[in-house]
Amino acid sequence: MSSLAEHSPRKGQSLEKQVDTVRVFDQSFYWLAVIGAIGIGGVLLWIAVQIGLSALPAIQSYGVDFLTTTTWDPVRNIYGVLPQIYGTLISAAIALVIAIPVGIGVAVFLSENFLPNAVRTPIALAIELIAAVPSVVIGLWGIYVLIPFLRPFYNFLYENFGWIPLFSTPPRGNSLLTLGLVLSVMILPTIIAISRGSLIALPRDLRQGALALGATRWETILRVLIPAAFSGIVGSIMLALGRAMGETMVAAMLVGNSNQITPSLLAPGATIASLIASQFGEAGREQVAALLYAGLILMILTLIVNILAEIIIQKFQNVE
Amino acid sequence: MATTEDTIGRTKKINLTRSARTPFRSYFDFFMTFLTGAFTILTIVPLVALVWDVVRQGIDRLGIQSFTELPPPPGLEEGGFGNAILGTLITLGIAAAISVPFGVLAAIYLSEFGRGTRIAYGVKFATNVLAGIPAILAGLFAYTVVVLTTGGFSAFAGGVALSVVMIPIVVRATEEGLLLVPQEMRQAAVGVGATNFQSISRIVVPAALPSIATAVTLALARAGGEAAPLLFTALNNNFWSTDIWQPIATLPVLIYFYAIIPYEAQKEIAWAAALVLLGIILIVSISSRLLARQRL
Amino acid sequence: MNSDTINTPNSTSSNTTQEAILRAENVSVTYGSFQALRGVTLDIPKNQVVAFIGPSGCGKSTLIRCFNRLNDLIPGTKVGGKVTYQGVDIYGDKVDPVQVRRRIGMVFQKPNPFPKSIYDNIAFGAKINGYKKSEMDEIVERSLRQAALWEEVKDKLKESGLSLSGGQQQRLCIARTVAIEPDVVLMDEPASALDPISTRKVEELIQELKENYTIVIVTHNMQQATRVADLTAFFNAEAEEGGKRFGYLVEYNKTEAIFNNPKEEYTRQYVSGRFG
Repeated sequence: MSSLAEHSPRKGQSLEKQVDTVRVFDQSFYWLAVIGAIGIGGVLLWIAVQIGLSALPAIQSYGVDFLTTTTWDPVRNIYGVLPQIYGTLISAAIALVIAIPVGIGVAVFLSENFLPNAVRTPIALAIELIAAVPSVVIGLWGIYVLIPFLRPFYNFLYENFGWIPLFSTPPRGNSLLTLGLVLSVMILPTIIAISRGSLIALPRDLRQGALALGATRWETILRVLIPAAFSGIVGSIMLALGRAMGETMVAAMLVGNSNQITPSLLAPGATIASLIASQFGEAGREQVAALLYAGLILMILTLIVNILAEIIIQKFQNVE
Repeated sequence: MATTEDTIGRTKKINLTRSARTPFRSYFDFFMTFLTGAFTILTIVPLVALVWDVVRQGIDRLGIQSFTELPPPPGLEEGGFGNAILGTLITLGIAAAISVPFGVLAAIYLSEFGRGTRIAYGVKFATNVLAGIPAILAGLFAYTVVVLTTGGFSAFAGGVALSVVMIPIVVRATEEGLLLVPQEMRQAAVGVGATNFQSISRIVVPAALPSIATAVTLALARAGGEAAPLLFTALNNNFWSTDIWQPIATLPVLIYFYAIIPYEAQKEIAWAAALVLLGIILIVSISSRLLARQRL
Repeated sequence: MNSDTINTPNSTSSNTTQEAILRAENVSVTYGSFQALRGVTLDIPKNQVVAFIGPSGCGKSTLIRCFNRLNDLIPGTKVGGKVTYQGVDIYGDKVDPVQVRRRIGMVFQKPNPFPKSIYDNIAFGAKINGYKKSEMDEIVERSLRQAALWEEVKDKLKESGLSLSGGQQQRLCIARTVAIEPDVVLMDEPASALDPISTRKVEELIQELKENYTIVIVTHNMQQATRVADLTAFFNAEAEEGGKRFGYLVEYNKTEAIFNNPKEEYTRQYVSGRFG
């Protein structure tokens, strides 16, 4: 498709001079828009390069050991983020284990005509609003309302299933499990919105084709519609994973910021983001460098996940 | 032709009732509908509970002094968080001043010049990836770019960090708004001899202005609730400040600090501040969505 | 228009000796406040090909979708009168539409293969309807042979159904429908999205399928009706006072009679191409 810009020059007309000044103005506006657009890519690149460069001194001092050691000692300046990487992945995994079935289920429920439109629309709006709640407010609520509410359940798990390593430590409210639970709610809107969008975008013929073969409604959903919308759903899960790994305030307020690796989900832990948020304020020069290194790792993790998500979703849209 | 008729359930007598299904097929459908319906309710419950609790906990402490007074030093009772509200507005103002022109220009490129081009594809890709960057990394970025070069924490550094959060939202929502402007309007403008700039600035952008305004509002609502980018850029300030080169208090950072210190008065202030922040953000989010829906 | 003429075609068609597998008795369909179809009565005899013809908006597609209860999917649809399949009222209280559709298959206007492999497109219906896994290869081959597609796809059963040409996709959809051995196959303008060669193949296929199945085909192509159908029903749309249009059955008879010796003036005009 030809852009508008190509139509504008009108050479060889009587008003040539005036047209020329207008043209120069027009051209500069075009280039300004181009710069604005390419600038987005520039900002992304700048952020990546800037954080990478800032982390360079720490990369030189701590090397690859930074990723595989578990000590975080600002006094002796020994730094390793394995517990934080572990905590980031585990809490995100807990969140996904809950949010994937629930999210896809809700996406299906809200894309089918189980409910009249007058009920469906407000529910969809409410789910969008979950994403709008500031994470610091969720953290505050988590500390003073959710954790006291969950404590009896945690005690129950510990007392009855303490022999399972996952529940083998006396529960403190702040834990990887608490963080994972809250993250699951926070990433649901992402999974629901995108999965629902790709389910709704499916051609109507597909559903009719399955029903005409004598499939029940849920056979149609599970065997035809969900597989057909699969890449959109996977993309939404990847985006949600990126959000879960990068979420900072809720992690800092609910995970307990404890530098340890234990198999127990009831024990406090830490994530990369919670480490940066809770330590940066009082950090000295060396420690800031180490935190920037940690930031670089978080960036690489989330960039990989987000780029994969985008590729999957774009591919899906091209098929449509 | 050899047919394999009557291999399954095709009895001589026609049975078209549910009993012709295997029991599993019948119950499975009921079960799945029930399960996903329960999931839907389960998803809404935390939101309702959270809003209810924030209102309940925050309302007592909320008063006129919340907006006009400084927070109390530890141990004292009275006070508000007026400086944090002002600080949030200032940092958001700085963030909007950077992200809105930038984002709108990029959106104009995407919808008016670059439709279908490889550049546009790349720009959209970059926008989506940028939207997925954790907010804390926007903070680290602004820390290394602004705080380290200007020699200190400042409202300006906070604004830069928040602008990174806002840009992708502004671009995406503005582009959507511009795409809703009918193609005929552009053709009509160009048809009467308008240049691109004239057509876009006098016809297309004004027509899309309500959606651009919604886009900016949504981006502000999102950025206004972020604490992570501000923790080591704008930092915090216990006093009134309007100097953009000084640290400044903001609502999210104030809530974070007061949530994790063991003083009752501060905790109450955190709840009241959470109520104010949540109230503004929910009202803005709901009304802009309703407005956007009406336009469609 | 006098209402007697609507019902009389039934009597003329009933001189075909076969038993009626599907029967519409005074069927009316409304979508909300819009009446799509009014007072249709006709019999579909077993192992015959019946064509529904008529101008667009005459309700022929609406009627075919009553036969497998696919109208259920459109909110606000009301079906009045009675539709019976082998004597059972398919809109009866206890009737499960899933069971109806399992016996009365459908091929759509636009080919709509599932985004699955060719093999799985066929196996899907068979699996959900309880055919054994061990039979599956056989069912797939039999169905593809019946749909005259086997030779073209036997070496690429694992490829996506969407990779086939439009005509092949439509035959895949026919294969998928016959895989579960329905009694009746409904076809809603099955060739209208196809090129002439594919159209001919589908028409030949209909002739062959007639041996085992009863076929109801909606078509806007009168030549097609003369080529494939034993019986033809002509529908028309009429506006009543107030401008509301509704569809109704004008005449139903042997195809030959409809085209060469129509009893109704409207039919005569339509088949001679004077309107529609």
